[in-house]
Amino acid sequence: MAIAKKASPIPSASPATNGQGAAPPELGKAVELAAYRQMLLIRRFEEKAGQMYGMGLIGGFCHLYIGQEAVVVGMQMTLKEGDQIITGYRDHGHMLSCGMDPKGVMAELTGRRGGYSKGKGGSMHMFSVEKGFFGGHGIVGAQVSLGTGLAFANHYRGNDNVSLTYFGDGAANQGQVYESFNMAALWKLPVVYLIENNRYAMGTSVNRASAQTDFSKRGLSFNIPGDQVDGMDVRAVKAAGDKAVEWCRSGKGPYILEMMTYRYRGHSMSDPAKYRTREEVEKVRTERDPIEQVRARVIANKWASEDELKKVDAEVRAIVNEAAEFSTNDPEPDVSELYTDIVR
Amino acid sequence: MIEAIRDAMDVMMARDGDVVVFGEDVGFFGGVFRATQGLQAKYGKTRCFDAPISELGIVGAAVGMAAYGLKPCIEIQFADYMYPAYDQIVSEAARLRYRSNGQFTCPMVIRMPAGGGIFGGQTHSQSPEALFTHVCGLKTVVPSNPVDAKGLLIAAIEDPDPVIFLEPKRIYNGPFDGHHDRPVVPWSKHELGEVPDGHYAVPLGKAAVRRTGADVTVLAYGTMVHVALAAAEETGVDAEVIDLRTLVPLDLDAITASVGKTGRCVIVHEATQTSGFGAELSALVQETCFYHLEAPVARVTGWDTPYPHAQEWDYFPGPARVGRALLETMEQ
Ligand SMILES: Cc1ncc(C[n+]2csc(CCOP(=O)(O)OP(=O)(O)O)c2C)c(N)n1
Ligand SMILES: [Mg+2]
Repeated sequence: MAIAKKASPIPSASPATNGQGAAPPELGKAVELAAYRQMLLIRRFEEKAGQMYGMGLIGGFCHLYIGQEAVVVGMQMTLKEGDQIITGYRDHGHMLSCGMDPKGVMAELTGRRGGYSKGKGGSMHMFSVEKGFFGGHGIVGAQVSLGTGLAFANHYRGNDNVSLTYFGDGAANQGQVYESFNMAALWKLPVVYLIENNRYAMGTSVNRASAQTDFSKRGLSFNIPGDQVDGMDVRAVKAAGDKAVEWCRSGKGPYILEMMTYRYRGHSMSDPAKYRTREEVEKVRTERDPIEQVRARVIANKWASEDELKKVDAEVRAIVNEAAEFSTNDPEPDVSELYTDIVR
Repeated sequence: MIEAIRDAMDVMMARDGDVVVFGEDVGFFGGVFRATQGLQAKYGKTRCFDAPISELGIVGAAVGMAAYGLKPCIEIQFADYMYPAYDQIVSEAARLRYRSNGQFTCPMVIRMPAGGGIFGGQTHSQSPEALFTHVCGLKTVVPSNPVDAKGLLIAAIEDPDPVIFLEPKRIYNGPFDGHHDRPVVPWSKHELGEVPDGHYAVPLGKAAVRRTGADVTVLAYGTMVHVALAAAEETGVDAEVIDLRTLVPLDLDAITASVGKTGRCVIVHEATQTSGFGAELSALVQETCFYHLEAPVARVTGWDTPYPHAQEWDYFPGPARVGRALLETMEQ
């Protein structure tokens, strides 16, 4: 009774494709520069959060998004006002890309009253009705059903909004994911299931936990179309996202996008990531870094000079420093606050 | 305490080829708290292995394995992730014996790190013991120290019925007494940190008196045993601290003997108060010791709120709150 399979080599992400084998369409100067700024904001924010964690200013569970920035930034470009975003606990990038205030996010990490959940939620639990961000959820897989319900609400109201429901390769093995797929396909709900395959669920690589490691095929038996996308290339993400979102908006039902990506840091701040080699991480960093890819194109096309890019970095750092300062000096919530927002 | 837990599984895997250990990150990685470190290397991938993130499936598969004579000892990574599996625990594991007229049984253990004090916030700090004690057909164990943890886990694995084994994660590394601002005392400095080698069992359903006293009985389990001991020392109240060790089956004799002697009772747990296990204890003390009681039975518990990220130490029922309850009970 051999249960454990022979370890197969870690699947490497497919080359730059938008799921159809073609090179992704160019985005042009303005869009690439905007993507650069957004991705850099996430990267610097996460680096700062990591530092503040090390200094003891942030406690508890904190999952950084470094390495995966192109996914949320590319997808955000495909959305319009009214679309909904929902994800798990690795949520800082999603919140920053949908325009939530870095100060409010960082102050939530430090558990202060100016945080999005008044400090009571922490890194994994934040929301913004204004920005269409429906959380931030600590229980792996739960958001997939909620995202399906958001899509149902769109369908019910007859609007053309789309629910963008993010989850990981590990979460993809929860039973409720397939219950959701079935309902979404049955009722033709406008939901893009976006699987961020960063090759690991905590300390367990994809091939140790998944019989079908091509997650874009996980909807096949429900007739949900799916594409595998180079999630390190913001152009590929945007192209695949446009197609999937349009599919949903036009009433054809759900769509699955598997984003091939990678997290550079440990699962959370307490994970030294001993289950993979340093070389593996270095290889992705040097060859496929999402920010460096944009940077190289910007320079090659002379869309901006090195100096201008340095200026962007300085501006982004200023925003992040302001958030860090705010989240360090803002007071904790009043103790009476513990009893609010339980029931009305 | 984590070594003691690992040791218990090691001892039982060596003795009994039917014992299998699995769960999320349990095999190759050795568990997020390292409880299964080295077991896969020692016993192979068929006896200690990784499961996908599928709590419902994990528990359900274990029930099937147990029905056919295996003895799964599975890990739910945090008790907070148990809810997706609750249906299999309640409707299948707990009911298999009854439903099959005793033809099928479910000799399995579900280990779950539980409790707060680690800045885990709402999804990594909960104490769901009452959700299990309420279900007939389950046994529920909460150790407070390494010696007990090993002996109780061995007893749980050997038990013919499903056992929920809640491990207070805050005391994995040492006996935490609620003084979060003081350095952690390691188990190596504690007499109950010295774990005997080899096989031994601590029977389910037997409480332990951790401090004898004449004035008031404190009923506690897990981390709160250490908090209660600290509160007794700091207030000078001569409290008798009873470590329940197992909630179901419950050592009611130990409780009535103590309350019969002291005439006062304070119940302490981390879980929220309403419908918590303290309510059951309070009712039992009232039913069995009514004529000995000189004061109302008091409860010190978590507040009836989700576990917060900020203000953790205002939430956690530390020695100050327990001490206040001791003094108030003495004044009655
Ligand atoms: C129901 C549930 N089970 C287990 C966990 C513990 N856990 C948190 S994150 C995680 C790994 C998830 O991996 P993946 O879905 O690939 O997302 P990633 O962390 O890679 O972004 C696990 C097992 C949890 N939070 N909730
Ligand atoms: Mg992953």
